Amino acid sequence: MEITLTLNGRTVTASISPDLLLIDFLRDHGCLSVKRGCESEVCGLCTVLMDGQPILSCSMLTARAAGHSIYTLEGLQAEAQEFVGFIADQGADQCGFCNPGFVMNTIALLRENPDPTDDEIRAFLAGNLCRCSGYEGQLRGIRSFLNTRNAKKEENA
Amino acid sequence: MKTIQTYHRAKTLAEAYELNQKKTSTILGGMMWLNMSGGRIGTAIDLCELGLNTITETEEEISIGAMTTLRQLETSPILAAYTGGAMAEAVKDIVGVQFRNMATLGGSLWGRFGFSDLLTLFLPLDSSVELFHGGILPLSEFAEKPYDRDILVRLILKKTPVKMAYSTVRTQKTDFPALNCSVVLANGALRAAVGARPDRAVLVTLPQMPESAAAFGKMLAEAVPMGSNLRGSAAYRTHLAAVLGERCFARLTAPQKEEV
Repeated sequence: MEITLTLNGRTVTASISPDLLLIDFLRDHGCLSVKRGCESEVCGLCTVLMDGQPILSCSMLTARAAGHSIYTLEGLQAEAQEFVGFIADQGADQCGFCNPGFVMNTIALLRENPDPTDDEIRAFLAGNLCRCSGYEGQLRGIRSFLNTRNAKKEENA
Repeated sequence: MKTIQTYHRAKTLAEAYELNQKKTSTILGGMMWLNMSGGRIGTAIDLCELGLNTITETEEEISIGAMTTLRQLETSPILAAYTGGAMAEAVKDIVGVQFRNMATLGGSLWGRFGFSDLLTLFLPLDSSVELFHGGILPLSEFAEKPYDRDILVRLILKKTPVKMAYSTVRTQKTDFPALNCSVVLANGALRAAVGARPDRAVLVTLPQMPESAAAFGKMLAEAVPMGSNLRGSAAYRTHLAAVLGERCFARLTAPQKEEV
């Protein structure tokens, strides 16, 4: 079947099989930040934004994504660069495998709630699993980013 | 993973119903089981263009479309106000935000899964479902029905004034519940549902107000048959039912905090 969707701001038309998962479509189109992890919809590695909302591309049919806007980390690097350094500073990107999913969901969090509390960060990122870090590093990194950003805002006010 | 021969976006419910009469057809919900189940789907019928992803209210009722996502339920001010926050409490620990942006009300209710937090939450309310062919029937009746080839269109909540509380125990925070419990106080009467027993949730109506939270918990634990699975034994679940029932009752009968 023929589908058209918007991928990282570009219109893409493709011929697909009806059961092609979005994760496979995205990887076939060069978006290798989107990773396959648990295949049971719990790890968050494959997180992408569909119409601005974080979803699991491992459970989304490409056919259903037709007509929608999909963003992967490849299309949101400038937005991610604002805070990923803070996460790296905490050593929370240890093996790096879960990072793209974490970063995508953090982008979604900060768009929805620009100044979250620690509990709100924990709750929003609960669907992103990490085997290395124990999650405190990610939390400290995001908190550090928010504190630095807020301090700059106050200085400029 | 399931394989799909044909994908079809239905233009009307009538078209979807007709296509769904074939045994090889399947209505797509949030597709959260796609990876974890095998077999072949002849025609996958998608209801995503039928406007069933909305929550609306009138003076008498709240209507929730079958394609409404768990995240929409969680963040809906209409449902937050009506359930006193129990709606978000019931779904907030279901896997993660990404999962809840996909999983649908229809998928959870249609499956009548034992672990469904939604079935447990909505059962004690004055709730009914609309089926395309079967019309409107109480949720409690729908929960008992065998699977057929009808289509769940929406959930209807009558806006009877209620106080409600929801509580659950999960071995890990984002796991399936080991037990869940929803208690509603309406017109001086208590109704409760207990789910993840591990079978489908059951409704319990109490003939009289218990004298204490502990007494309510005990009555609930005695009234609900439990089973065993990897998440807990029947005896453990019976113990949990008493604790969750007590907690819910205590929340319902706690004096209201004064606004400052």
